[in-house]
Amino acid sequence: MFQTRFHGRGGQGVVTAAELLSVAAFRAGRHAQAFPSFGSERTGAPVVSYCRIDDRPIRSREPVVVPDALIIQDTTLLQQTDVFAGLADDGYIVINSTRDVPELGIGEMLAGRDPARVITVPATRIAMQHLGRPLPNLVLLGAFAALTGLVGLVDVQAAAGERFQGAVLEGNCAAARQAYDVVKAHVGEGVGDAMAAVSAGAPVFDRKDADA
Amino acid sequence: MRKQIEGSAAVAQAVALARPEVICAYPISPQTHIVEALSAIVKSGDLQPCEFVNVESEFAAMSVAIGASAAGARAYTATASQGLLFMVEAVYNASGLGLPIVMTVANRAIGAPINIWNDHSDSMSQRDSGWIQLYAEDNQEAVDLHIQAFKLAETVSLPVMVCMDGFILTHAVEEVEMPDQATVDAFLPAFEPRQVLDPAEPVSIGAMVGPEAFMEVRYLAHRRQMEALEVIPAIAAEYGAVTGRVRDGLISRYRLDDAEIVVVALGSVIGTLQDTVDALREQGVLVGVLGITSFRPFPLESVRDALAGARSVVVLEKALAVGIGGIVANNVRTAVAGLAIDVRTVIAGLGGRPILGESLAEMIRGVDDLDELTFLDLRTELVERELQRNRATRRSGPTAENLLRDVGAVGDPLSVRMPR
Amino acid sequence: MHSLFGNAAAVATGVFAAMRAKGRDTRVVAQAGDGGTVDIGLGPLSGMFERNDDVLFICYDNEAYMNTGVQRSGATPPAARTATTQAVGEHPGNVFGQGKDLPRIAMAHEIPYVATATVADLRDLEAKVEKAMAIRGARYIHVLVPCPLGWGSASKDTILLARLAQQSGLFPVFEAEFGEVTAVLPIRRRVPVTEYLQPQKRYAHLFGQTPDTETIERIQAQADRNLSRYHIDEVEI
Repeated sequence: MFQTRFHGRGGQGVVTAAELLSVAAFRAGRHAQAFPSFGSERTGAPVVSYCRIDDRPIRSREPVVVPDALIIQDTTLLQQTDVFAGLADDGYIVINSTRDVPELGIGEMLAGRDPARVITVPATRIAMQHLGRPLPNLVLLGAFAALTGLVGLVDVQAAAGERFQGAVLEGNCAAARQAYDVVKAHVGEGVGDAMAAVSAGAPVFDRKDADA
Repeated sequence: MRKQIEGSAAVAQAVALARPEVICAYPISPQTHIVEALSAIVKSGDLQPCEFVNVESEFAAMSVAIGASAAGARAYTATASQGLLFMVEAVYNASGLGLPIVMTVANRAIGAPINIWNDHSDSMSQRDSGWIQLYAEDNQEAVDLHIQAFKLAETVSLPVMVCMDGFILTHAVEEVEMPDQATVDAFLPAFEPRQVLDPAEPVSIGAMVGPEAFMEVRYLAHRRQMEALEVIPAIAAEYGAVTGRVRDGLISRYRLDDAEIVVVALGSVIGTLQDTVDALREQGVLVGVLGITSFRPFPLESVRDALAGARSVVVLEKALAVGIGGIVANNVRTAVAGLAIDVRTVIAGLGGRPILGESLAEMIRGVDDLDELTFLDLRTELVERELQRNRATRRSGPTAENLLRDVGAVGDPLSVRMPR
Repeated sequence: MHSLFGNAAAVATGVFAAMRAKGRDTRVVAQAGDGGTVDIGLGPLSGMFERNDDVLFICYDNEAYMNTGVQRSGATPPAARTATTQAVGEHPGNVFGQGKDLPRIAMAHEIPYVATATVADLRDLEAKVEKAMAIRGARYIHVLVPCPLGWGSASKDTILLARLAQQSGLFPVFEAEFGEVTAVLPIRRRVPVTEYLQPQKRYAHLFGQTPDTETIERIQAQADRNLSRYHIDEVEI
């Protein structure tokens, strides 16, 4: 099972982002489950949503405790809440920012992590270019697709097609492609073993045992 | 058709497939997405004939459903939490009159303190209201139960509550196989009311009944629920035959055959429990899960049969009967009366407290050391601090506000979701 | 059908919605007493008005909860004695306020038809019901029905008291369409409020050894204001 946690602020489409990823995974022939951090969706307030992806039907309803990936829509959250809490040691991080990772001043929090798995994408800027509106969701998912290889760009674009149409759909698809291409050029054939995580089966609950 | 869809949207579509003629609702989280979607379906003309009535309260919502059902229309409404409590007088009226209304309860806690998150306090408060109560384990089952609920209600002339966990199911996007209209039409014939307001054949409905016959009316309601114990599996089988999704209807069994320990639960936590059971069985713990789909009528025989081989039973409850403890557990104890089985109550997930697989695993492994009543992941340090305040001064202030000050924030999505 | 005390209007809406869904033209009438209308049933009634459902709602107003032993309702007039507003203390009887004027509340919803009537003029009532049934949408008729037991009056005076309520100006009889008064029943012989109040034991405390002239004057002022508000004139027959 591969678990992604989304961080953003109420109004930025954090819940929608998780839903879109689940639809993309569904389109890719996988099982997926997206859900919000219920009840906290006040405009401007920190909001969290989740998406699980697996090759088997997903039964668990517990919140994602140990995410395999983080998608962070708003860098102002980096200093405010512990967005990296619980992230698996080999987890992926996609941050919406025009700055490079070193410029974000989060080096301490990322200590020990594989730099190849942490990327920033100027998603809002790309969205503005293609859509004229600050809607970074599909840009971030395009980047996520390239980084993890978990879903294809076509799946992300298909998910967009279920929600948008006309110029907004075209803009979103183009924006997702741009992010996908940039990240793909950066990481090549994907990093790590996201696919393996999907096939790894049910989570082990006693982490102490797992560590031993 | 298989869809990746939000639970609320899927349920709204399922309700529409059942062709209700009157839908009335008052919005309350986490039910809102269901009635919003139905409102759109009706307004677009996709569901005809159907009247969507926006009412001014839940009391009116149930009352409109009562009037519509008595006039021979298939009627549907949905609510949650405080909304269910606000309509309670009409809830009892609907069952007392034998009106086959179907209502979704998007399960949510009851205040005070105000809390919009999931538990089963709302529907459990109506366990004796005379309604049939079905609990969905996932959104597929929520869809399937809604379609079956109309048939069940109309077969036994009793209203049916379909309970689905608020947010956890209503707001979860996952895959659901939607039956097509032709399948539902073939499965669910038009509503043939047992009683109807019809000027061509005048009757009165709602007479006052005194001591001379009131007990008998009540007894007959109980009889009808007992009949439902036969009807529910029959309808589930019929539905399974046309959809391929075969369920027992009354209960769900998971790895029970050789289980020494059985966890009994209702609703969406069963999925988490099944994962937990798989993990524990790999470690040699013989544990299984018994899901109760039909809480009213309570399937005493099925439960007794399912638990007969167990050594230890844990009833995991998302509601608390303050002053005694478990609600479901008392029903389970009745079911296993006379068998040498320890039945313990574990209260979990109140007000949206996440139920973590890790916590469940630890609880199950230590089942023999559990008290008769346990609160899973209770933050004892918070409790202790408040008790100390109470001891220290008479005017210790409002409990909820005191605890919030200790915690630091309300509803912080991460604060309550980290492993202990 | 009878469902509950406070939900007649909503049940009527349900019946109406069912008829509409079934394409039938069966009309719907809901009835309640003053308690079920102005107190416990006001929410559903206001909702029915606001949606403009095709329901005629008739309130039979006897100005208190008579069935359970004459307890005060929101329609109980000022100073009247009831089982829960006894004629004792500094201000005996019901609290002196403006009451809950349901016909005007109904008018504020701008529904197609609102009318008041009393049992003293059955032809007027009949005509208003007929008119109401010729109109579509939410309609409201408020009928004053004296209660001999609750008011402490002689049974033979029931019709007389209903007439005096109108002729004193305390109960204006009128019709309104879409929030505007369109017709009033003129007064044949105007009477002072005392003529209406005195035969009722619920007002006996106003007429003791020392009459409570101040309260009586305040009630008279309410009657006078009704007449000017509805432009009700005295006409010679």
